[in-house]
Amino acid sequence: MTEPLLDPRLQRDLDRIWSPEPGWRGVLTNVNHTDIGKRFMIAAVVYFSVAGLLAMLIRAQLASPRSAFVGPEIYGQIFTMHGTLMMFMFAIPMFEGLALYLLPKMLGSRDMAFPRIGAYGWWCYVFGGAMLLGSMLVGKAPDGGWFMYTPLSSRTYTPGINADIWLLGATFVEISAICAAVEIAVTVLKLRAPGMSLVRMPLFAWYMLATSLMMVFGFPPLILGSVLLEVERAFGWPFFDPTRGGDSLLWQHLFWLFGHPEVYIIFLPAAGVVSTILPVMARTRIVGYGWIVASIFALAILSFGLWVHHMFTVGIPHMALAFFSVASTLVAVPTAVQLFAWIATLWQGRPELKLPMLYLLGMFSVFVMGGLTGVMLAIVPFNWQAHDTAFVTAHLHYVLIGGFVFPILAGIVHWLPHVTGRARIPRLGEAAFWLIFLGFHATFLLMHLVGLMGMRRRIDTYDAAAGWTAINLLSSVGAFVMAFGFALFLADCVLQRVVNRRSGQSPWGGTTLEWATAVPPRSYNFASLPAVSSRDPLMDEPRMAVRLARGGGYLAATRYGWRETLGVDTTTGRILQIVVLPGSSALPILLAGATGSFFLFMLAGLYGLTPLSLVLVVAISWRWAWTTGSTSEHGELPAGLGSSVPPHFETQDTPGWWASIFTLSANGTFLASLIFGFAFLWVVAPGWPPPACLGPIGTETAIAILASTAGSASLAVARRMVQRGSLGNAIRLGAAAAAGMGVALVAVAAIAFGGTLPIVTDHAYAAVAAALLAYVAMHLALAALMLAYGTARIGTGYVSPRRSHELAIIGQWTHYATATTLLILVILFLAQSCR
Amino acid sequence: MAVLLVLAGCGGDVSTLDPAGPSATSIAMMWSVMLIGATFITIVVLSLLALGFRRSVVPRRIPESLWLGYGAIGIVSVALIALLIYGFLVGGGQRPIGGPATTIRATAQQWHWHFSYEARAPTGAVLVMPVGHPVTVEVTATDVIHGFWIPRLGGKVDAIPGHVNRLRLQADRPGRFVGLCAEFCGTGHRDHSFTAIALSPADWRAFMDGASLEALGHD
Repeated sequence: MTEPLLDPRLQRDLDRIWSPEPGWRGVLTNVNHTDIGKRFMIAAVVYFSVAGLLAMLIRAQLASPRSAFVGPEIYGQIFTMHGTLMMFMFAIPMFEGLALYLLPKMLGSRDMAFPRIGAYGWWCYVFGGAMLLGSMLVGKAPDGGWFMYTPLSSRTYTPGINADIWLLGATFVEISAICAAVEIAVTVLKLRAPGMSLVRMPLFAWYMLATSLMMVFGFPPLILGSVLLEVERAFGWPFFDPTRGGDSLLWQHLFWLFGHPEVYIIFLPAAGVVSTILPVMARTRIVGYGWIVASIFALAILSFGLWVHHMFTVGIPHMALAFFSVASTLVAVPTAVQLFAWIATLWQGRPELKLPMLYLLGMFSVFVMGGLTGVMLAIVPFNWQAHDTAFVTAHLHYVLIGGFVFPILAGIVHWLPHVTGRARIPRLGEAAFWLIFLGFHATFLLMHLVGLMGMRRRIDTYDAAAGWTAINLLSSVGAFVMAFGFALFLADCVLQRVVNRRSGQSPWGGTTLEWATAVPPRSYNFASLPAVSSRDPLMDEPRMAVRLARGGGYLAATRYGWRETLGVDTTTGRILQIVVLPGSSALPILLAGATGSFFLFMLAGLYGLTPLSLVLVVAISWRWAWTTGSTSEHGELPAGLGSSVPPHFETQDTPGWWASIFTLSANGTFLASLIFGFAFLWVVAPGWPPPACLGPIGTETAIAILASTAGSASLAVARRMVQRGSLGNAIRLGAAAAAGMGVALVAVAAIAFGGTLPIVTDHAYAAVAAALLAYVAMHLALAALMLAYGTARIGTGYVSPRRSHELAIIGQWTHYATATTLLILVILFLAQSCR
Repeated sequence: MAVLLVLAGCGGDVSTLDPAGPSATSIAMMWSVMLIGATFITIVVLSLLALGFRRSVVPRRIPESLWLGYGAIGIVSVALIALLIYGFLVGGGQRPIGGPATTIRATAQQWHWHFSYEARAPTGAVLVMPVGHPVTVEVTATDVIHGFWIPRLGGKVDAIPGHVNRLRLQADRPGRFVGLCAEFCGTGHRDHSFTAIALSPADWRAFMDGASLEALGHD
């Protein structure tokens, strides 16, 4: 097929509106999802290479007994950074990048729901990664293992800056991950092609929806743990110190509450790639669509119930072990459903051994074995022997390389022609596959055995007498073969980009909408947007790309210089609104810089300067929000194909409303984890009851609850006034609401600083109480700021009875602040006399 | 082939596959059972996969419910339930409850072990236990988290500051066994090990009466 024929005028207009700014300015201000997605993936590959080199150092060290290549200090940094970079800097950003690149195209949209948030996430990732890499260059890299167990990671036992770099750098990158999660969830729910109801969504979108929801609930516990540990290290608040009422087990719970879902957060997007590519390679439709969707969500939910299987040796009661053992084996069932659906698809179709298929077969052979050793590890007595040995190292590499790397490599070879518009070079990719595949098994298969022979994880060398020499040498040779394979793979990709001929429109015969864009895609994806009436739209209409390029779909005209795409009803896919997206902007990099300055000040111990960063963050965020919306009414606008809908800021069911709900969910999970921590320490930690308690806080509690409730009520009335068009009253009530939050804030501060709170460095009780108060205070302040913002927006004409969706979002945060004030202060009130 | 490897020579001072006590023996047995099962399942799955490429051999249309309902959910659940029951039986037998047992206190720190007894002076970095008689090891740590593990006798348990974890162990024959720290505990982790000595009943009685290890010929 040749390049689709275009409507030249439409193409010129769209190019002008959607293209990033030229030159260096464009590099800094670009928010386009295709470019940001590619940047994420390229950076992830860079980190994969760095982490891979570290793995080679590990294998070089372990190739022979009593090796003197590196000592234990450096070795600690190497294995810690290998794990940290692979998990946080490669795996997560890699699938985020893939999702950013693919999702809008698969869903039939012109961009993600929040292009600037995507760019902000990218800059956070770059800055956080730079911190981690920089630490390695100066030899101060984290060295306590990628899971940073306390008390080893506390100030006492890791006095240097190493642990702070992990905590701050990883938290920075997690902000990026939460941003991506919210953006992905909202895009899947709201920015689909008209007619694409939930049951017609491509499976990849289902997988990414589940993954993003898991990230929303899975990352906050780790962020909380990192914040608490950093506060302990910086200011001596003893959350994890067993000598002062803290408990190192709290860290483990928070870490694995994140850490286990994390494994599935990494696996699910890769499984989504398999479910997308495999039917194409087998020239058929997927078998068991409904079964797969159900199994995705079964996995997502189950994965939150088995974090304890990383903690079978910490002294958990036998019945609890049994529960988590059952839950851990149970995940094999939905996983098996997907595996069998894939095999059934192969049986149903006419599979061909093309390169992506080779990688999928690699996935099968590796991942099945990883899954089986996973079931073994879920059986408690076996876990007691295998835990912390090379058996687990082998198992996790089978799972992660089989369950993530092989599918992602399949995805790269499948979609690279889409990215580059070029065909691949014959046979190079096959050679790379065999090197990776054989090298992998050589490295890790017998590592299971050497683990059972007693080789522990994280030891820097061993004696020849142990009898592990031959297996370790084989592992090291295999690892270098695998590394050559990856280098060849990379070379293949680069060569394809620079030298080879152009590929056709659809080299594999894919049936999802991303193949209805031009290849390589234009900045706006589709000149006009498709309507969808089945799960495989390109099977129904193979020449859809041409029709869309000629302007035969929705939104085939431009107006006001707006970047427009369609917003649909979450379930049915009925058109609801025209979503007007922001253009190129320097705000993302500025906000990431301000956020980064906070982390740098913390790292440098310049705690006094951190308020400066917060002020900057608030100011830039204010500006960010202010650039959206409109001061005039537009009413129903023609959206093409005979339909007319209003712009999103004149509707209620907006992407922003959904994003706010998800952000609050993450926020609520953060708070729930903190409250869990309080209860956990109270019940489990040594050194309780504490030596001093809060004492009576009834008056302050009553004032704070009453004032914040009054604030919430004022806002509710203000919103009603806006509906009635009585904007003057709404402004006065909005100001009153802000004042109510301010009064509540003063009352909370009175508890914290009025002499009732015991010294926070003495005992975890006071430290957690102070953390809870800080949480309330922060949210009251935030609500007051948002109310001030809302009031200013009413005053400047951005709000009318039709354009009031911002107030709905401000309402969510105000009521959330009030609810948490009530919840936390009641908890503290009940805990005021703790002895 | 892997089974042969296991049988051929996976010995060594710290090999879980060369067990010297009931706990480690039942777990090593469990490994053999699971290895055979897992090998079988892998072969079945990869064969099904390979058949997908042999168009002439396989029926084109098999109902979803057969693949997914009976295959994925049915067969897999049955296998898992059987394995879980087996696991509970093995695990339940290793709980540190009931029956007469000698209690030994193990305390870990960077990078030493310290062992003490209810009715006898402590023995520093050497754990002394009787043969053929269960001991309950009470494991704790004074600084960071360590792990108590004698691979040839049984599973491991973490040594956590502020907590005491209990582990039931038994040695079937007299001798010396290597004990290791299993949880990464800093730069000295690799060599953070200890020796466990299992004494015959007569030696054990003498030891509990105050005889030194040197006097019993175990220095």
